[in-house]
Parts: sequence; structure tokens; C-alpha cells
Amino acid sequence: MRISVQSDDFDIAAEIDLLKNKRTDLGAIATFTGLVRDIHGEKDIKKMTLEHFPAMAEKELAKIGTEASDRWPLQGLTIIHRYGELYPGDQIVLVITTSHHREAAFNAAQFIMDWLKTDAPFWKKEETEDGTHWVDAKRDDDKKKDSWG
Amino acid sequence: MNILYFARIREHIGKSSEEITLPERVTTVADVIEHLETLGDNYKNAFAEPDLLRAAVNDEYVPLDYNVSNTDELALFPPMTGG
Repeated sequence: MRISVQSDDFDIAAEIDLLKNKRTDLGAIATFTGLVRDIHGEKDIKKMTLEHFPAMAEKELAKIGTEASDRWPLQGLTIIHRYGELYPGDQIVLVITTSHHREAAFNAAQFIMDWLKTDAPFWKKEETEDGTHWVDAKRDDDKKKDSWG
Repeated sequence: MNILYFARIREHIGKSSEEITLPERVTTVADVIEHLETLGDNYKNAFAEPDLLRAAVNDEYVPLDYNVSNTDELALFPPMTGG
């Protein structure tokens, strides 16, 4: 399991290569990439700042990854989450799961994102022409996490 | 006790961490918050919405009724919005 909390951007193809290496047993690689959108309601977002809790962030991502590995037969797993100042179009988060079959790879990636939304210690602050504001947590995110049981 | 603040709570209080000596009667995270609220309006504003408050003690998430002591490190923050 590769876990990274970093300010630098990540290279999706390079990360896939790290998991695939020269393996020939993998039947499926699923990737999810979260991006900074430029729209929030009516206002254009100019910048997003991601604050994180350094002592907990990697540890919590690893816990989520371990939970996913316990639930599905994964062959490999990468979770990368960025922090700092980001701009529309920038990559925020990357999840890659590999498995012998697609179902485990798809489900585990979705599970990891649903848990990450509520359990990983990151906070988004958006800047629009009206100033800056903290993004509110969505109740829907709790429901999505709970739906996995 | 060392206390860390993050995001909206950090901004309301105006600092990212501080050292506080807990009064005798303080036993839970909720008690700590109640004590902090006596220190000024910035604290009151930070904790005005109890539903939007999360805590960790020594880098583990805990409920607000969790017992704490002066040797613990407490972190207070709003619900997470990463991803």
C-alpha cells in the first residue's frame, strides 16, 4: 500500500506503472482522480486551499486503505492526497486499486473515496471574487460512508 | 494540555495551537471546550455550533465525552471536507 500526503502534484501514469510493474496477474486497475472545480454555486472559484492535520493525515488514509484491503481482494493500492494552494483543474486526490477482477477494484476505489470524504483530516477553503470561505461538510457524505456498513 | 486547532476553528480562535492548564473539574473533551469558551468571544464563536465540532486525542478521533488529562494532546476541528 502506497500512501502519500504531499503538496506536489502527482503523475497518474507513473503511479499506475508503480503498481503494475511487470506483473501479468492483474486483471483490473481502477483509478479515481479528484480535481478542483471552478464553480461553487454562482461564483467562480479562483483558488482552493487545502489544510490538513499532518500528524494524522497519512495514518488515517492508511487505515482506510487497510479497511478496503480487508473487504476486497486487492493486489495493490495507492492513495495520494495533496494539501496547500490549488487552482481550478488541479489534481487533489488519487486512488488506484488493482485486483484480479474489476469488481473488487471498482468497489474498493469507491469505498476509499466515500470513507476518505468523512474520515481523512483535510479541510477545503475556497476563494471567489467575494472573498474566502470554508467548504461545509455534506450530510450526504456521511450517508455514503454509512451505506458500506 | 497542548491543544491544536484546524480550519474554521483555528481562524476563529486566532492561533493554531496553545498550552492550557486544565482546571480540576475538567474531565472530558466537552469540559475542555466549555472551559475554553470562558476565555473569550473568539472561543465562543469557534465552538458556537456543537454539531460542527470534531476532536482527536493523541492523534485518534474521539467522541466529545472522551476523558482527557493534562498530558494528552487534544485537536479540535470542524467536520472534514477533503477528497
